Amino acid sequence: MSFLDTFFDGAVMAKYLPDLLAALVTTLWLSAAIVIAGLALGLVLACLRTLGRWYLTLPIVAFADISRALPPLVVILVFYFGLPGLGIRLSGPMVLFIVLGGVLAAFAEEIFWAGLTSVPKGQWEAGRATGLSFMQTLFDIALPQAIRLGIPSLVNRALAITKMTALGSVIGVKEILSVSSSAQSFSGSATPLTMAALAYLAIFLPVVIFARLLEKRYT
Amino acid sequence: MSNFIDLFFNLDIMAQAWPLLLKGLIITLKLCAVVILLGLAGGLLLALGALSPRKWLKWPTIGFIDLFRALPPLVVLIFVYSGLPFAGLELTPFMAVVLAFFLNNSAYFAEVFRAGIQSVPKGQPEAAQATGLSQVQSLVHVILPQAIRNVLPDLLSNTVEVVKLTSLASVVSLSELLYSANMARSITYNSSPLVLAALIYLAILWPLVRLISRYQRGLAEH
Amino acid sequence: MLEINQLEKCFGTTQVLKSIDLSVKPGELVFVIGPSGSGKSTMLRCCNRLEEPTSGSILLDSEHVTECHGRALDKMRLKIGMVFQGFHLYPHKSVLANVMLAQVKALKRSKPEAKARAMEMLEHVGLAHKADAMPSELSGGQQQRVAIARALALDPKVMLFDEPTSALDPELVGSVLKVMKQLRQEGMTMLVVSHEMEFAREAADRVVFMDGGVVVEAGPPEDIFGNPKSERLRAFLSRLQPTTAA
Ligand SMILES: Nc1ncnc2c1ncn2[C@@H]1O[C@H](COP(=O)(O)OP(=O)(O)OP(=O)(O)O)[C@@H](O)[C@H]1O
Ligand SMILES: [Mg+2]
Repeated sequence: MSFLDTFFDGAVMAKYLPDLLAALVTTLWLSAAIVIAGLALGLVLACLRTLGRWYLTLPIVAFADISRALPPLVVILVFYFGLPGLGIRLSGPMVLFIVLGGVLAAFAEEIFWAGLTSVPKGQWEAGRATGLSFMQTLFDIALPQAIRLGIPSLVNRALAITKMTALGSVIGVKEILSVSSSAQSFSGSATPLTMAALAYLAIFLPVVIFARLLEKRYT
Repeated sequence: MSNFIDLFFNLDIMAQAWPLLLKGLIITLKLCAVVILLGLAGGLLLALGALSPRKWLKWPTIGFIDLFRALPPLVVLIFVYSGLPFAGLELTPFMAVVLAFFLNNSAYFAEVFRAGIQSVPKGQPEAAQATGLSQVQSLVHVILPQAIRNVLPDLLSNTVEVVKLTSLASVVSLSELLYSANMARSITYNSSPLVLAALIYLAILWPLVRLISRYQRGLAEH
Repeated sequence: MLEINQLEKCFGTTQVLKSIDLSVKPGELVFVIGPSGSGKSTMLRCCNRLEEPTSGSILLDSEHVTECHGRALDKMRLKIGMVFQGFHLYPHKSVLANVMLAQVKALKRSKPEAKARAMEMLEHVGLAHKADAMPSELSGGQQQRVAIARALALDPKVMLFDEPTSALDPELVGSVLKVMKQLRQEGMTMLVVSHEMEFAREAADRVVFMDGGVVVEAGPPEDIFGNPKSERLRAFLSRLQPTTAA
């Protein structure tokens, strides 16, 4: 069998294309949901941390540290196989959404927080001195600067974490990798794996190139 | 509550699973050592290629880096493990994991090294070459020490990601820490071994994560 | 000693150097002046091939600098000391290590030998007591003197200076010029790009005026400053010292 037949078999491609397109859609909306929820939660946590109350800061830091230190696959397995024992039955996509959204939130919180702490103290003082409240200073002065600073890191992090939707294949989420893996074992051809790789490239390569352009603009 | 403790923090089951997890941990550590070293070496070479003035070297290298930044590591792993045998290349799980993560990690380390090297002012290699140092000597003694110091937090956080990544090896039945824990879970019908594995990962990585946060805050304040 | 023949340099389509001829005899101090952008730095950087000349040749002791490659070029650069406007000390190495690095790695001196030579050179520029300091702990003038010591420690045949005092606070300029004068008295061959006209008057054997990538005028400092022939040089000098010219 030639290389082309093995990895680019036209008949196999045609046969599994519809399944793969459906899987691609699943990957896309899961990714979108994870990015939106993760960034939003990260932003909220970073803002809460600026209040400087230990009973807020402590759990936020603990959550951010633990979520950044644990391999997501461990948490996914605990949620998927462990929680039903407590009567909490979550679907595969739900587990993926909660875990990866949480991980992104943890990283985003750290990035926003690093941005907030690097906003010069004079900016805060200028805000308060011109009669803005703490909240107004935070939202109108400090946060926009912090977000600008964090954008390149946020894009890279969001990219790395949405790529982890491929972990869904381990808990039966019908995303690109799992669909192509089972197509590969049914068809006995490596072509579905090639299709999976191409599908991921179609989604993520533009993001990688976008991240490069962003970095150029910001440095 | 007692149900919760019984299911997730069952000390008896943890004790039973401990020897198995310990074996897995040793494989995880070995795997980490190999993929971190290979990733650093590959990343450095790729970074040098991406910064080369020779276009025929520069653009293919950047293409390679971006390819593996766009592909999920698990997809690369499955492709290497289940796809390559179709091309007549049968790899052991360990070799497959090493190859797949080498491709993935060197792309990520390359970006870190590239940023580091670019952060060194142009006058530094010029001064080195003006004093008769060769390009390699200038790289080793002048550029790299400064480059690495400038991106140390990123190198560290990338290393943390690599350690976390090794857990994916469980998917191709390499009996590392997570695979062993999941095995113990399926035998005991209890999640405590997974929690124990999580605690082991935490024990290794939490200090590093703290260090990175410290470091980044230190940089921001300067 | 150092001979520059019909040197040309283009960046893309713009020609920055247009057939430069210049020679520096042993023990001579040649001083190069000219307006910003006239190609002074580019010419110096061609001399040790930090810039690649587009055409022309450069000879050091009748050896072709322009025909060296790889290891031979590295060896050739050992004979050509260079001092930069921005010092370019290695920030991660101590003063002593800065002066030792190329001695050990390029000249293959033993460490004790390199250290002795480094201390000797630091003594020479008056900074032996700073040997263990890091560059960031030194003033600009001190950093530049360490950079001079770093180049001298390799026993170069000729020293190139590219605006060595331009980045310094006025009160620190003197310490660097003093070291350069001392060097000249010891017979070092030097090619100096600088705006320190006082220094040129006192110490230069010859002054070369460059503009638009060509050598417009060259001669002893008395002639160049006292009796400029070309209109361009007169204009340059009057812009520089509006009070003394006229
Ligand atoms: N790497 C480069 N690429 C393109 N153009 C360059 C480069 N280096 C120098 N030039 C151009 O060459 C010309 C001469 O530059 P050079 O630095 O040699 O001038 P200079 O006489 O040293 O000026 P200054 O007194 O400002 O140092 C300038 O117009 C500059 O813009
Ligand atoms: Mg210049």
